[in-house]
Order: sequence, then C-alpha cells, then structure tokens
Amino acid sequence: MKFYQCAGQGKTTVSGAERRDGMLNYIWVGMIAVSFLCSAVTGRMEELCAAVSEGADKAVRLVLSMAGVMCLWSGMMKAAENSGLTRVLSKMLSPILCALMPDYPKDSRAMQAVCANVTANILGLGNAATPLGILAMKEMQKTNTLKTAPNNSMIAFVVMNTASVQLIPATVAALRKACGSASPYGILTYTWAASLTALAAGLLLVKLFSRRKKEGRLRKSSVLTPFRPSF
Amino acid sequence: MFGSFVSGAKEGFASLLSVAPSLVGLIIAVTMLEGSGFFAMISEWLSPVCNMIGCPAEVLPLGIMRPVTGSGSYALLNTLLQQYGADSLIGKTASVMAGSTETTFYAIAVYYGAIGIRKTRFTIPAALTADLTSMIMAVMCVRFFG
Repeated sequence: MKFYQCAGQGKTTVSGAERRDGMLNYIWVGMIAVSFLCSAVTGRMEELCAAVSEGADKAVRLVLSMAGVMCLWSGMMKAAENSGLTRVLSKMLSPILCALMPDYPKDSRAMQAVCANVTANILGLGNAATPLGILAMKEMQKTNTLKTAPNNSMIAFVVMNTASVQLIPATVAALRKACGSASPYGILTYTWAASLTALAAGLLLVKLFSRRKKEGRLRKSSVLTPFRPSF
Repeated sequence: MFGSFVSGAKEGFASLLSVAPSLVGLIIAVTMLEGSGFFAMISEWLSPVCNMIGCPAEVLPLGIMRPVTGSGSYALLNTLLQQYGADSLIGKTASVMAGSTETTFYAIAVYYGAIGIRKTRFTIPAALTADLTSMIMAVMCVRFFG
C-alpha cells in the first residue's frame, strides 16, 4: 500500500524522500494558510477553531477503526504471498510485461524485479513493492543507453507504478467501513474498471510517445533499415 | 499459514501506526479547510463547469489532490465520506477516485530519485493521463451504474 510510504516511513533514498517531504510540507502549510484566509473572508473563525479539535478527535478515531480492516488484508495478502500466489501471478504477468518493456530480456534481473514489483503492487504489498521497484530501476539503469534520462521501458515501468491496479483497495475499504458504509467493498468493480482503463490509457500514451521517438530517429538515420514496430 | 497472516497483519498494523501522526496532521488540516468554508466555495465556483460535464463539484478537489499526495487525499476522502455519506453518489465517486490510482508525483520522485535521474521525458504526461482517465471512469461508473 503506497499510502504508507506517502507520509511515514520509507524504504526510499534520501533524495526521493526529501522531495516527497518537501512537497507535503508545502501542501500542509498551504492548506492551513488557505483555511485561515478563507475563514477570515467568510467570517467563520469560530468554526475554524472548533474544526481543529474536531479534526484531531476524528483523526484518532479514524485510525483506530481502520486498524481492523488493514490488519485483515495485510495478513491475508502476506499469507497468499507465502503460499506461492506471487509466483503464479509473476509467471502469468511475465509475457505481458516483457512485451511492454522491450529494452530488457525476459531472464534479466531487471525483468525479474519488475515482475516481482508489479505482483506486489497488485496484491497491495506496498512495503515489498517499493524496494523491489527501486531495485528494478537500478538494474534497468545499468544497461540504459540514455544515461541521464529514462528509456522507454523505464518510463513504461514508472507509469505502471503510478497507475497501479490493486486487487483489494484495502485503505479505501477501511476508510469506508470506518465512515459507516453499508457496503465498503461495493465499489470494488468500479475501482478495478477505473484503474485498468487508467493503466491502459497511460501505457497507450507511453507506446505512442515511444514510437514517435523511434520514427524520428529512423528518419534522421542515413542508413536504410526496414522499419519494424517494436510492439 | 496462520503465521504468515499474523506476520502480515503485524506489518500492516505497524505501517498504519507509523503513518498515523501524518494522517492526523493532514486530517486536521483538511477539517480546518472544511470548517473555513473553502470546499463549499470551490464547489460553488466550479458547479457550472461540473454540471456541464456531469461531475459532482465536491470531488474535484480530490481529483486534483490525488496525484499529488496520498495521505492528503485520504484525509479529504474521509471528510467527503463523513459529510455526504459513504454510500452516496459523492461518497462512492470519491472512493473510486481514491482507490483506483496511486500518488503519481510521489512514485516518480521515488523511482527516478533512486537512480539519480532528473529528466523524466514523457513520464508525467503519460502518468497524468492515466490519473485523469481513472477520475473520468470513476465519475461515469458511479453515475451510470449506481
């Protein structure tokens, strides 16, 4: 669950974490500043003061009521992982991933890490997914011909991580349950549909951009080579 | 099997505890924004546009925040669910929005930061397109399928 790394511990490098904390810092300070400004304009200073203590109270209650569902899904997914489900998923995903990332051969360490990272993301194992993703990026960078920029496969990988498809959106479900939903998992199919189409759209764009760059290079090339689409 | 479950549950619990302080901070900030009337103002301003495209105005701040901050969007989601009800149109749309995509800029920062690359080429347009698609799908699914 990426949610955890967003604001708490992180198995990230200093620069990544610093960037995240920097951004969050601006956002948090900005939110409080805007709320002061806004309540000055709308004349709701009293409501603002009440909101501070109300917010603190609500927040702690929320975390407590989320704990149950979070433990349930983290536990289930870990048990699934240890029982071999990740290996099965990895094997199933491997051909698709290799097609999406043509710069790296199937048996390379990079692709193995990529498969593991995607599988972990799907199962919602964010604590495992992020270190695996970083390992994958490092391996991919070793054979990256564009030293200071990501190649097309790396971009595809990062887009896959930003549009991650989760089997069970545990955090949202826990929030819904804590806020009194009658069917916390009722939105499951919509979430799958939305994240799958988002992933498809993102990858489609990556492919379009990749092809455009490749064609540009071929046109500029003085050697006549047959044009073979890579995907 | 049970051992795995317990170790996984422990991990989940520990992660939740470690993120709790930031979540508390962000929920307080979002509740303050709510109490100051900010979201009501934004919804009012944006409702003509939103009525045209059929999207509830209240989820627009969430749509903008989701690619930027994870905890912030969960805090906002919490506020929306409590105010409009978790099973309402707004509540469901917000839930799908929050659950169907990841924090784009955070992921980009982590993965490129880990290998020391500053140029991102077309990563951000592609990733933001994905986020936009998931927002649109969220609104459409909940609207047309209830």
